[in-house]
Amino acid sequence: MAEFETVHHDVLVVGAGGAGLRAAIAAAAAGVSVGLVCKSLLGKAHTVMAEGGVAAAMGNVDDRDDWKVHFADTMRGGQYINNWRMAELHAKEAPARVRELEAWGALFDRTPDGRILQRNFGGHRYPRLAHVGDRTGLEMIRTLQDHGIHQGIDVHMEWTVLTLLSDGERVAGALAYDRERGRFRLFAAGAVVLATGGIGRAYRITSNSWEYTGDGQSLAYHAGAVLQDMEFVQFHPTGMVWPPSVRGILVTEGVRGEGGVLTNREGRRFMFDDIPENYRSQTAADADEGWRYTQGDKNARRPPELLTRDHVARCITREVREGRGSPHGGVYLDIAWIKERLPNAAEHIKKKLPSMYHQFKQLADIDITAEPMEVGPTTHYIMGGIRVDGDTQMSSVPGLFAAGECAAGLHGANRLGGNSLSDLLVFGQRAGTYAAEFAKGHPAATPDVNQASAAAQKALEPFSRTTGEGPYQIQQSLQGTMQELVGIVRREDEMTKALHEISALSARASHVAVSGNREYNPGWHTALDLGNLLTVAEAITRSAIERRESRGGHFRDDFPGKDTNFASFNITVRQGADGRMELNREAIRPMPDALKQVIAEGG
Amino acid sequence: MTDTQQTTPQATTQTATFRVWRGDAKGGAFKDYSTETSPGMVVLDAIHQIQADQANDLAVRWNCKAGKCGSCSAEINGKPKLMCMTRLSDLPLEAPVTVEPMRAFPSIKDLVTDVSWNYRVKEKITQFTPRPPDAPDGTWRIQQSDVDRVQEFRKCIECFLCQDVCHVLREHHEEASFIGPRFFVYTAALEMHPLDVADRIPALKRDYGIGFCNITKCCTTVCPESITITDNAIIPLKERVVDEFYDPLGKLVKLFSRAKRG
Repeated sequence: MAEFETVHHDVLVVGAGGAGLRAAIAAAAAGVSVGLVCKSLLGKAHTVMAEGGVAAAMGNVDDRDDWKVHFADTMRGGQYINNWRMAELHAKEAPARVRELEAWGALFDRTPDGRILQRNFGGHRYPRLAHVGDRTGLEMIRTLQDHGIHQGIDVHMEWTVLTLLSDGERVAGALAYDRERGRFRLFAAGAVVLATGGIGRAYRITSNSWEYTGDGQSLAYHAGAVLQDMEFVQFHPTGMVWPPSVRGILVTEGVRGEGGVLTNREGRRFMFDDIPENYRSQTAADADEGWRYTQGDKNARRPPELLTRDHVARCITREVREGRGSPHGGVYLDIAWIKERLPNAAEHIKKKLPSMYHQFKQLADIDITAEPMEVGPTTHYIMGGIRVDGDTQMSSVPGLFAAGECAAGLHGANRLGGNSLSDLLVFGQRAGTYAAEFAKGHPAATPDVNQASAAAQKALEPFSRTTGEGPYQIQQSLQGTMQELVGIVRREDEMTKALHEISALSARASHVAVSGNREYNPGWHTALDLGNLLTVAEAITRSAIERRESRGGHFRDDFPGKDTNFASFNITVRQGADGRMELNREAIRPMPDALKQVIAEGG
Repeated sequence: MTDTQQTTPQATTQTATFRVWRGDAKGGAFKDYSTETSPGMVVLDAIHQIQADQANDLAVRWNCKAGKCGSCSAEINGKPKLMCMTRLSDLPLEAPVTVEPMRAFPSIKDLVTDVSWNYRVKEKITQFTPRPPDAPDGTWRIQQSDVDRVQEFRKCIECFLCQDVCHVLREHHEEASFIGPRFFVYTAALEMHPLDVADRIPALKRDYGIGFCNITKCCTTVCPESITITDNAIIPLKERVVDEFYDPLGKLVKLFSRAKRG
């Protein structure tokens, strides 16, 4: 049995994006010792990429807004299979979490009377997103980082968790390796918070970085936790499409919030052609009304470009498939046109969307103040993830918590833009608080060292193989499979084929070989990520086959309509006793009358 | 605009050579790799291609690939840059493109350096300290112009290229007594924050070593976020230090205004 260097924390947080940092701060505030493990350097996590803003019904710009409207918008966007308790808590607590960031030094753009300014975003009835230009995520992560480093949290940068360790039923810590040196370390903990983000790297075209390999979902699954809603992947409608090297990089929804319009190669504003019935009464009748909405006219309704992301992404896919796309397989997103309406339009665009201006100028030779961008859907976010209790964020494994993108429930079948940053804050805070409470209320756990030894041994196997495939080819094959067969438009036969391919790739992955030594070896790291990617790819595919209807981010070509029978449950995934993936339908708890009332009143 | 789609001037495919530094703290050497290039490609793409096809263990840090996270800092043809924002079309590809790690920091492996000193420095700087809230609900009233004033500093993505190029760190290794341009920008953001009331001026002189900066503006030149580090952050901070310590009249005025404020 191997001996491991061991570090003890009351609460171990895995992941240092918005949710992980907020959880660590909350746990530290509760008076327990906290360890924070992250794969990258501090402050580099994907939260930094969030552009548009953080949704919170503060009502600073439109005083008709309150938590009830935000709750109703979130449920409508999620097609009512959300965990309603999470949607309620989120809508109620987001304003306090945003104000708290200001108390920690965040600076948001202001209203004329000096309060936090809020902007329009898809699916939100009123201007609701607190923001600073188009770099809200950077402001948020830096604020949490700069506050967090003074809270006595032990930060372990560039460490990756290999496996969770248990003590009987409960979680007792994790085994991790140091990316820089390749050493193993055992983290013993009274409670663990997973805040590892998404799964974007399972797809070829994605806005996500190398980090988003489904670690949290996979770690939890293998520790016995239940995953849910894994079929719901969000394809953000506007990623860059040209040149090839930037394909997938995000173009913020803020462009549309500021008046940007989508057109096809014929110059037609195609979003007006397909407005879903349940949004018709909230959508502008014509271009003029849409423009007035983006400029703050309270009597105007939002333009169809600001319909939910799932719908916009499908409309773009339709235009491209039917031959009306742009030269590089996207459509046009035009903000330059506002010069017809505004004096100083170019300056206005540069001020409101500085990162977008910079990004297109430098990477694509496009001046967005003068010409349209070419955009197309990109894998952005997963609504599904670890099934948690709405109040405490604890998973089905005692002591194991999850927050942010790797947890499921808040967003249902589709996430509204801006609801992610608020999700991180609200549920990061809750997960950290309840994890600390759990650690305090239970005797110290003893991690199973045999589990750690087995994981360490398995992790080193790729070095011992002299022949065998490299990890990059397998990762690329998997990305191709998911992109082509389990993408925006899905069919049973294609997904069944995907399952076979995933199974074949798993076999290949078990023979993967790496060269070099254990010090900062990306080949080895990629080999270790494969297991997580394959687990989430299988969970997504199986869940997507099971949901024989179209809802939110999940669209079935063979079942294009919404089926009310599917509105009453979530599809869940867990590891069966035989080691195979087991699917279940978990009934959604009935909503309390008070919340039903909120929705009936139209929020 | 359908027909005006711009493409990069280079041909669709072409082979280029990258002279990449391979090694660790004990030493290393440049190694040449040839790889295919394609339109719009950036240096990070080439490094990834080499990593996937020829050198699986080539160490490099990266995250967002869009100039927003500041992870992929390196020295390209001798100039400190983000690999993800350096287009091959802007480099002479007739000769090998050299890619090496930031030289002001200790090497870990290949293009990855030990930048942990920066994280320790930040912890020493007095944290944000707000004035009491302006409204009974615990919120503040701030004018947009006051937000705008510090935006430039808050854009910083902590790529540490400014630290890499600063002579005080790179040549003179004054890490123990000098915080470097990144943290002058950080200090400026705090000092000019509309809500902050802490005083970091004595520490700037005593502990942060602002006097070491001789305003050569190298940091400003390499900043990928185009922050005017020297003119807008360092010089105003130097002026505040001068006012505080070397201007008796100003000192009196400040004492008076502080008494009024307190």
